[in-house]
Amino acid sequence: MSVLSVEGLSVSYRVPGGRLQAVRDVSLSVGRGEVLGIMGESGCGKSTLAAAMIGLLPQGAEVAAGAIRLNGTDMLRLPGEEQRRLRGQRIAMVFQDPMTAFNPVLTIGRQLADFVGAHGGGKGAAEIAGMLERVGIPDPGRCLGRYPHELSGGMRQRVAIAAALLMQPDVLIADEPTTALDVTMEAQIIHLLRDLRTSFDGAIVVVTHHLGVIAELCDRVAVMYAGEVVEEAGVDALFHDPRHPYTRALLSCDPAVVMPGSGHLPTIGGRIPDLTALPAGCAFAARCGMAEAGCGAPVPRHRGAGRSVLCHRSAA
Amino acid sequence: MSSAVEGTVPGRRGIGRALLADPMGLAGLVLVVVFLLMALLAPWVAPYDPIALDVKAKFQPPSAAHWAGTDHLGRDLLSRIIWGARLALGIAITSVLIAGAIGLVLGLIAGYGPRWLDSVLVLIFDSMSSLPMIFFALAVITVLGPGTTTLIIVIVLVSFPAYARLIRTQTLALSGADFILAERAMGAGAGRIIFRHLLPNVVGPLVILICMDIPVVIMLEAGLSYLNLGVKPPSPSWGNILSEGYNALRQAPHVVIVAGVPLVLATLGFTFLGEGLRDVLDPRGAGRRWG
Repeated sequence: MSVLSVEGLSVSYRVPGGRLQAVRDVSLSVGRGEVLGIMGESGCGKSTLAAAMIGLLPQGAEVAAGAIRLNGTDMLRLPGEEQRRLRGQRIAMVFQDPMTAFNPVLTIGRQLADFVGAHGGGKGAAEIAGMLERVGIPDPGRCLGRYPHELSGGMRQRVAIAAALLMQPDVLIADEPTTALDVTMEAQIIHLLRDLRTSFDGAIVVVTHHLGVIAELCDRVAVMYAGEVVEEAGVDALFHDPRHPYTRALLSCDPAVVMPGSGHLPTIGGRIPDLTALPAGCAFAARCGMAEAGCGAPVPRHRGAGRSVLCHRSAA
Repeated sequence: MSSAVEGTVPGRRGIGRALLADPMGLAGLVLVVVFLLMALLAPWVAPYDPIALDVKAKFQPPSAAHWAGTDHLGRDLLSRIIWGARLALGIAITSVLIAGAIGLVLGLIAGYGPRWLDSVLVLIFDSMSSLPMIFFALAVITVLGPGTTTLIIVIVLVSFPAYARLIRTQTLALSGADFILAERAMGAGAGRIIFRHLLPNVVGPLVILICMDIPVVIMLEAGLSYLNLGVKPPSPSWGNILSEGYNALRQAPHVVIVAGVPLVLATLGFTFLGEGLRDVLDPRGAGRRWG
């Protein structure tokens, strides 16, 4: 049974001159012990989706349709106060930039203790220190007495992950958890999240544009384009046998797979369509090498064994 | 710049030590402490009764008996200055603390509350601070009559909008910060965010502004008293002493000087202390001070 499921979710922003459809009819689900990756280029709606999952959409955003169920309860129907109580307790989030994710004038220990206190938990310093140790902080006792600016970026991201896991939530959402870190830190955080995947009995949702993070960490991947999930598949299936032309193009652009010495880094020509005035048919058609006349019609979703593709020209 | 990364943040106790290490902050602290002691211990340290007349001994220059000389009614100036410190600091500190508290609460509400409330409060702040200070003071004094309480009311009304605006902008800037979003993602409610996370981040600048504002208020009190709109004679306000001395500037220039020196020193003291605190109090600035 899935811990978190998103059903037919559409989110739009009010902008001058209309509505920007950031997330369109997205359905996803993730179960216990599973890591779901949400992948896509900038502006494809993945961060809006993550914000919607934790119930903190920015001002001006509006859920047009759909449901987000946490253990079966639709969070969008809950009153604000109950939603707030679920945050941190049952669903937690790790942000992109660990440099700014902490209150600069409170010590780490104070912030973590405070956060436990907010949920009426009776956890003591020992338990908090234990959690810090679990995420690989060398001297947890000392770390608790420090201010955020005294820790390195990687350390802070570890602390942020510890903070998110303190209340043993059912779902951990990581929004670009390694983007702001340098390469060695990135590898360490990926390994940490991988270890947690086995020891942490919840679902993890990783939002990233980094193919390496997806490949190393995730069980299943949802590829987003222009607010839609264009392909969803197991991680091996996706990397070895991508069906959607956009996924294929995206994978071929990964610097890690480009032949050394080719002197050429492939790109996907064109731009993301205007999200305030989307075409009736396939949103990727204008950039797609396989596009044909029929692609202007509403796109069918093909479902196959454990995967789905949103395309006229490919079968799941 | 390595110190900016490794620099240790002063804890509660470290703030005092860091302040003492800063020559300007130290000078400010010493001056402020001296004036505070003068104010607190006035009945014991003042050599004479500040309002006891001795008309025969008027306009005496500084001497062994009267260290700072006497005024036009023969009152001992040193005693009047010491009692004047009690009055000046009492009024200044009381009024900025009240104004600071009002500004803090209104600023937090405006910055984190609903948008319509913000608009209403900003309108109030702006219209309050658009009034020319002296005319506003004159109007209030005309209605309520001169006196110490009126003075405090005037100062509070004149200075709280600046505090509220400072807190509001700080709050606005912070409420979009990632860590506030992170706290919300962790399930923190509005009360916790305001008091645990916004308050400690905005209160530092407020303390500094208040400290730097005390001299302004001391000057305002002296100015209004000089115009006979503040503290009523014979109470020994520095402004009163100054205005009385001004009438006899040619005959006895020492009166004006004696009243001016503490005014200048108190002003400098609080300004230095304010600047020293600014450098020390903000953990984010720690280590940046020496480049």
